[in-house]
Amino acid sequence: MATKLPAVDVVLVGFGWTAGILGQELSDAGLQVVALERGAFRDTVPDFATTQIQDELRYAVRNELFEEPERETLTFRNSMDQTALPMRHLGSFKPAAGAGGAGVHWNGQNWRFLPTDFLQRTHIEQRYGKGFIPADMTIQDWGVTYDDLEPFYDRFEYLCGISGQAGNINGRIHDGGNPFEGARKRGFPLPPLKRSYGTVLFDKAAKEAGYKPFPCPAANTSQAYKNIYGVQMGECTYCGYCEWFGCGNYSKSSPQTTIFPVLLGKDNFKLRTHASVTKVLLDSTGKRATGVVYVDLQGREYEQPADLVILTAFAQHNVHLLLLSGIGKPYDPRSGNGVVGRNYAYQITSSVDVFVNDIVNPFMGAGALGQAIDEFNGDNFDHGPQKFIGGGYIALWTTGGRPILQHHLPKDAPKWGSGWKKAMADNYLRTVSIATHGSVMSYRDAYLDLDPTYRDVYGNPLLRLTFDFHDNEHRMSKFLTDKAAGIAKAMKPRAMHVKQRDGHYTIVPYQTTHNTGGAIMGTDPRTSVVNRYLQSWDVPNLFVVGSCAFPQNAGYNPTGTVGALAYWAANAIRTQYLKKPGALVSA
Amino acid sequence: MKAKRPRAGTAIALAVAAGGMLAIAPALFAREGSHAEIERGRYLAQAGDCAACHTAEGGQPFAGGRAVPTPFGVIYSTNITPDPSTGIGNWTSDDFYRAMHEGIAPGGEHLYPAFPYPWYTKLTRADVDAIRSYLATLAPVHEQNRPTELPWPFSVREVMSAWNALYFKQGTFQSNPQKSAEWNLGAYLVEGLGHCGACHSPKNFAGAPKRDKAFQGGYGENWYATSLGGDLHDGLGQWSTDDIVQYLKTGVNKRAAAFGPMSEVVHDSTQHLDEKDLHAMAVYLKDLPPHESPANATSASAAGGNTPDADRVARGHGLYIDDCAGCHMENGEGIAGVFPPLKGNNVVQSKDPETVVHVILSGAKTAVTRQDPTGLAMPAFDWKLSNEQVADLVTYLRSAWGNHGDPLDAGKVADTRRTLVAARTQK
Repeated sequence: MATKLPAVDVVLVGFGWTAGILGQELSDAGLQVVALERGAFRDTVPDFATTQIQDELRYAVRNELFEEPERETLTFRNSMDQTALPMRHLGSFKPAAGAGGAGVHWNGQNWRFLPTDFLQRTHIEQRYGKGFIPADMTIQDWGVTYDDLEPFYDRFEYLCGISGQAGNINGRIHDGGNPFEGARKRGFPLPPLKRSYGTVLFDKAAKEAGYKPFPCPAANTSQAYKNIYGVQMGECTYCGYCEWFGCGNYSKSSPQTTIFPVLLGKDNFKLRTHASVTKVLLDSTGKRATGVVYVDLQGREYEQPADLVILTAFAQHNVHLLLLSGIGKPYDPRSGNGVVGRNYAYQITSSVDVFVNDIVNPFMGAGALGQAIDEFNGDNFDHGPQKFIGGGYIALWTTGGRPILQHHLPKDAPKWGSGWKKAMADNYLRTVSIATHGSVMSYRDAYLDLDPTYRDVYGNPLLRLTFDFHDNEHRMSKFLTDKAAGIAKAMKPRAMHVKQRDGHYTIVPYQTTHNTGGAIMGTDPRTSVVNRYLQSWDVPNLFVVGSCAFPQNAGYNPTGTVGALAYWAANAIRTQYLKKPGALVSA
Repeated sequence: MKAKRPRAGTAIALAVAAGGMLAIAPALFAREGSHAEIERGRYLAQAGDCAACHTAEGGQPFAGGRAVPTPFGVIYSTNITPDPSTGIGNWTSDDFYRAMHEGIAPGGEHLYPAFPYPWYTKLTRADVDAIRSYLATLAPVHEQNRPTELPWPFSVREVMSAWNALYFKQGTFQSNPQKSAEWNLGAYLVEGLGHCGACHSPKNFAGAPKRDKAFQGGYGENWYATSLGGDLHDGLGQWSTDDIVQYLKTGVNKRAAAFGPMSEVVHDSTQHLDEKDLHAMAVYLKDLPPHESPANATSASAAGGNTPDADRVARGHGLYIDDCAGCHMENGEGIAGVFPPLKGNNVVQSKDPETVVHVILSGAKTAVTRQDPTGLAMPAFDWKLSNEQVADLVTYLRSAWGNHGDPLDAGKVADTRRTLVAARTQK
């Protein structure tokens, strides 16, 4: 029997970026807020201290900052006729556990989606006709526009202290920035990071090919910064240990370095760690959430009553909790009815290793130190002749030169022994890699539901993922990879290695943790789980925040949009919901 | 030594001229127990940082129970909430004044000078009454006081009468007519409520501050508190009054960041003080003489004693690049307002490098203030650097970028390490 705790105004499930933002904004509004985090508390010191964090084996290989599959994982299959099996080791993606969530270990690649991305179906139909969209492709508009989100993108960027070069301020195109980006009201809070030599080579080659390269927007601080809450950050040292690591000197934006110092000191905010939420409770009408149940490390159950329940866990964990709690109609791929679990999407990546003659010092890197082109993202180019939908950016990142996982050898290099050692010595300082970051559309047969067989440590059914790459994505990715290879060639390398993404999606090699969908936003309760304010259609005092709201995935890293949506939802709660609790959009 | 009657005019005279918070002369309008007097008492209690010692970790504010380590043993702070049986609810205002002014509790029991009555004695009666009026508004907390853990003979409180006779100079602050009103206000705050000398003055074998060397640097709670004198390297000689005000208000300025006990002082006390009062303190501090002549201090041999061994400096430089430069930067200048510079840093160049060794071994956290809520932290290096390495590193820091200071011996690091381990296990 769960111990019933005193009621609070708001309970947040999970304590990463979105919870930090919602917690800060709603406690500022005077509400009593409790956050429940399944993992431990972690902070810059002592957990990410510069004295210990640059340990690739411990963090990047042995996954210290991530969820433990032996406690919680999901099952996976490519198609509905297969039997899904549990992911027993983290592979294709790595959800975080612990305070700060994935905001701790991300690279800091912080983008805005394109205005047309938010009108995915309408825009494609208008430009290319209804017949251009394959029958099984279930893409839809977001219900929110770029212009709606612009002030909230801005707020997230000024929370983080993003380093970058604006390309479009109020419709005026600025040289050196991304000319394809949606109009922003003002420039980035910080100038771009210092260039790596690799990005200089890319910049030159891309310009020769007629493209307009620009420095990627980075949540790595190019200078010291004081953010919108008065929290201070240091200056990036280009140590090259961003992705899979916490930042040791306050120079990568994370909930820890931007929000926690003010949030955790508040009397009306409380964080409980090692609290795994297993269910959202509903009253007898099923239309109102009364709180959540969570389990602590000793297995004791607690009920935390709350007037407002906000799911702020990782994308698929939010969906899992909805399914376990019986909120919203589960999606049925056969009939196409139901919504919870619908439109799961991912991203498709590829790369070209470029073996150059110059020394490029790869170890001097930062997670979002890169130069990109955006000519082939979204609908920035004519898709008519290509006969596919979507796109992505092409970038040369200098994220670091770690010894175990960040080295590249030409295809014909020996795989072991003194030949391998010599190849490594010859190439380590003389290799760069060009990456493509492709969108993935949503499809009728790509979805999340509860597994009929396997259960987690609490005895609940695991989430089941059914997903494969479709022909549209393979063709789009090949198109992007060819363009990347073209730029690589212009760099006049000694050798190249084109790593095309072919065949079925596999859960084993790491690709990206940009999982989206399953609790998508929209304008119609028959095709979306939450309305344009991320409020549940079925249970109006429940909000679901995160990339699970994306109706399909774009060709950019998702964190900027996740942050913008969190501020957007917080604003709707503060300015509309608190004044008149209830559905903000009538179904 | 007889208690002098406080001269009621003192505070009024200084304060009106300076115009700070303390300018609100209580006797003029603040009736006993009036809202104005209580508010003033709250302000003064912050200026005196009463809560810092009189609150145990995780305990009720002002209910006491915090362990205060002294060279003679551990003393526990007492409950000063108005609880009649365990707090000071039954004390009269004369009782309270006597404790503050003479260091004697009701019933004639001597207090230990870990309670800073040698400084509080300088307060005017009106100010002491205001503090008492404020404390009387607190919710009473029933919390028994813990006995001290002092060994004999210090456990006998009567010993303190001898100590008082030798070292305690009782008496309300007397303004210096040669100095400005602002200087006098600053002196009243620094020497009185601020009790800065409790840490920043050297002490004799009996734990009493050496009056002839006031504010020249001293020990407090396993830290060496830097000189507040005008010394160019290890004092405030290079600081402007604005630097001092900013440091006390926010915990950080372009020259330094508060950490250790000073970050608590900033958090609990000085950030709440009126800027004019802080400015007055800065004016007074800037007038303190250096403990050595600036001419001497600019010569390395005079200030540094002997020149460090080149190999040690080279090893220390290597360690600095590996472990420190990421925040404090290769040029030792840090990042303004975020990571403090080590170049020209008075802690690094202190006569006694105890504090810089302490910070390297156990890490530190900057003050959390309303203006700077971050609380940036430096990690501990005790698990990573050997005593020899710390000694080499500190020797490098004290000779790099124009810094001065004696080379450091690994034995000294070992001593500090032992003390810190012992302090940790005591907790």
